[in-house]
Amino acid sequence: MITIPYLTALTTYFSYGLLFAFGQLRDFFRKLIDWWQASNLQGYAPICLGLEDFYVRRLYLRIQDCFGRPISSPPDAWFDVVERVSNDNNKTLKRTTKISRCLNLGSYNYLGFAASDEYCTPRVVESMKRFSPSTCSTRVDGGTTTLHNELEDCVASFVGKPAALVFGMGYVTNSAILPVLIGKGGLIISDSLNHNSIVNGARGSGASIRVFQHNTPSHLEKVLREHIAEGQPRTHRPWKKIIVVVEGIYSMEGELCKLPEIVAISKKYKAYVYLDEAHSIGAVGKSGRGVCELLGVDTADVDIMMGTFTKSFGSCGGYIAGSKDLIQYLKYSCPAHLYATSISPPAAQQIISAIKVILGEDGSSRGAQKLARIRENSNFFRSELQKMGFEVLGDNDSPVMPIMLYNPAKIPAFSRECLKQNVAVVTVAFPATPLLLARARICISAAHSREDMIKALEVISRVGDMVGIKYFPAEPKKEQLEENRVKLE
Amino acid sequence: MVEAVNTYQIDTVNAMASAVKSMAKAASDWLTFAFDVPFARAVVFGVHIGGHLFVEGLLLVVILFLLSQKSYKPPKRPLTKKEIDELCDEWVPESLIPPITKEMQCEPPVLESAAGPHTIIDGKDVVNFTSANYLGLIGHEKLLESCSSALEKYGVGSCGPRGFYGTIDVHVDCEARIAKFLGTSDSILYVILLNFGDEGVHWGIQNGLYLSRSTIVYFKHNNMESLQSTLEKVTQDNKRAKKLRRYIVVEAVYQNSGQIAPLDEIIRLKEKYFFRVLLDESNSFGVLGSSGRGLTEHWGVPIEKIDIVTAAMGHALATEGGFCTGSARVIDHQRLSSSGYVFSASLPPYLASAAITAIDVLEENPELIKKLKQNITTLRKGLSDIRGLEIASDPQSPIIFLKLKQSTGSSSDLELFEDIAERVPKEDNVFVATSKRSKLDKCTLPVGIRLFVSAGHTESDLQKA
Repeated sequence: MITIPYLTALTTYFSYGLLFAFGQLRDFFRKLIDWWQASNLQGYAPICLGLEDFYVRRLYLRIQDCFGRPISSPPDAWFDVVERVSNDNNKTLKRTTKISRCLNLGSYNYLGFAASDEYCTPRVVESMKRFSPSTCSTRVDGGTTTLHNELEDCVASFVGKPAALVFGMGYVTNSAILPVLIGKGGLIISDSLNHNSIVNGARGSGASIRVFQHNTPSHLEKVLREHIAEGQPRTHRPWKKIIVVVEGIYSMEGELCKLPEIVAISKKYKAYVYLDEAHSIGAVGKSGRGVCELLGVDTADVDIMMGTFTKSFGSCGGYIAGSKDLIQYLKYSCPAHLYATSISPPAAQQIISAIKVILGEDGSSRGAQKLARIRENSNFFRSELQKMGFEVLGDNDSPVMPIMLYNPAKIPAFSRECLKQNVAVVTVAFPATPLLLARARICISAAHSREDMIKALEVISRVGDMVGIKYFPAEPKKEQLEENRVKLE
Repeated sequence: MVEAVNTYQIDTVNAMASAVKSMAKAASDWLTFAFDVPFARAVVFGVHIGGHLFVEGLLLVVILFLLSQKSYKPPKRPLTKKEIDELCDEWVPESLIPPITKEMQCEPPVLESAAGPHTIIDGKDVVNFTSANYLGLIGHEKLLESCSSALEKYGVGSCGPRGFYGTIDVHVDCEARIAKFLGTSDSILYVILLNFGDEGVHWGIQNGLYLSRSTIVYFKHNNMESLQSTLEKVTQDNKRAKKLRRYIVVEAVYQNSGQIAPLDEIIRLKEKYFFRVLLDESNSFGVLGSSGRGLTEHWGVPIEKIDIVTAAMGHALATEGGFCTGSARVIDHQRLSSSGYVFSASLPPYLASAAITAIDVLEENPELIKKLKQNITTLRKGLSDIRGLEIASDPQSPIIFLKLKQSTGSSSDLELFEDIAERVPKEDNVFVATSKRSKLDKCTLPVGIRLFVSAGHTESDLQKA
């Protein structure tokens, strides 16, 4: 949990208040001017009501150039960012032809499979020639190729479950699976910081939703006990089933979830566990099998494991792994399986090849090297940042590191200054994080070398001094010169 | 003697009575004296106090005392820890999934090659009617070329959501290209289209509508009078809600039945009642209209009248993903607030470049569309005299939907169709699909067999069918 120092909270509130006041002033003038000139589209209700997109119009547009930066090369360790100019004060941005080569600290490229890879890419191109870029039909009609079956077997054995089911997109996986598994009369208990796809899936299912404090197993136990004892709201009938939804690594905090305790509690109260390993599969664990391996939890204890292939495998899509019966049932009833086009064959081949590399089945030790490197890189980077005095969140071994910024003015400052010095970072603000807790999120990859990281550290340190985000006291550098002199003498 | 006793008794009674009388008199004298006490007659603050005020004062005190007593509530006893433990132990959840029945066991057929007009299943070459590959672009060389070069250049994934360096220049190019093709100002790409009514709309639209937490009112499938009456009702009910945003959501060619929406009537209704139209052109983009621009061209309606057009690219354009176009305002709003756009990774770049190439091919070769239309008519003619089945879809739609002439309306229909679908590939080398329904679907249209016609089918293929 993040505790924000009082002075910072005060200044952040003040900044937001100022921005809000200015925004309202401009809105007021805009209304006046609009009233002056008659608008067309009479009789239609406006698409966005006045206050709904207030945040977008008045706050987000000012710093729009920090988001959505187009790139013109694969998102590898170094990539080309296309520069954009704006003639109307950031309302619209036009691409220029200038590009700048920047160090990539923002893409989810944990194992470095993002660009063309020597093992994967030839196989992918071959599969594309054989199966064409899309199957144009749903899995049940005619979209299942041998590649899809191979992929599912591969994923199931990698994750450690008897069977798996693969979808074309990770977001859809969550939104379409939860409604099938649980409906009205069930209870979903989810972590308070769960991802939007889980929230949408839970809402779409019609079950009651309760939230427990982020990563606090004791609160989870309390919530479970209370709700089982009370039963469904108003009728007090017993719940049909309870599913506890947690994530492996939380993408905005970089924390690992306390899986052993949560699984133990869920077993005790007979609730089902749904684990979303979007960021942790392939990135943590000794052989890359995710958070279960890292924390020593038996995969048979987790009922439903879900993950995506976008992050560590350099592809796209999502999967669900579980018992054979579960997967059979999902194949029969899940709308995403029945109605959506199947995953693109080249993407499937990329995943298969990536898994082979990670497990070392391609005959080289690149997989083990990548895993070791990402672990070393993350730990090194995190410890260095903390020594410099930044407020960094997240646990050890996790490749996601948010640096707290808090103040809304620091968001564009940090982002633009880093870009000027050829380091591309990602800053996150209001809708994805709470209002006061804006942050810059760094994603380390196995493709980053030591020199890359040292350069990044230097740049971040300089920009951090300029912007003023070193909230913690920096550790004093050891007086190595003096020591040497003493030794010599 | 008795008289003496009587008189004695009478005397005592008299004595007692007189004693009581004197006591009462004394009491009343005392009372009157008390009430006549000087202060009792005092005039305090100009109010004449009478003695009766004491009684009232006393009553008031008694009432207040009673009111202040807490009413008797049965004591609240929260469940003790032991009780909660017992309840938790007793509770047995349902199993996560219902038991597997036989019908759930069937596996879909597995393709061993690309899903083009001909494909290989189990080593046999069959004619494929299940892929929505309307323009025959699967396996097209130009598409393959552009994809390979994109794969070499960019790798497969894009490793990030659109907001955080997931926007590769091909994405922006693709969006611009689609917008140019359709004539709208902007468009936005998705990875899979689950947008967010007609009763026949497919599940993606239903889910999107449900998640948007708006009130959904369905109207009968493709029935304009029903739409009109529903619109009337809704407008009357919501007279005060002038700021309520109202949408009509329709599909251009319905996936579940193959019918085409009468767009000109819809436009007329929409303008009369001030609704906005959201048109899903998944199955009509690239198919209807003389140059493939979709339903608007088919009916001759200018595209600005439609507010939002969504489409899945997985059909005519032979790639994956979907897009949404409309006025610039709508699209910009989506860029920040659409959760499917903001929170998930962007489309793999090779698919975006495939889409660009596909549109290029479409623009250069309008005869693909002609061929598709020819194929549709041929197939319909051929199928119209199969006994027991009738064609339930529109003459121009690329999805041909066969349903039973007399349907029993039960699941035995579905079994019959599945039987047909299983036998047909084995006997005649033709591969068709039955329409499947998830249990979450609210659609009530009858089930049937679906055939997707493609421009890649040759005459002989169609004859076989």
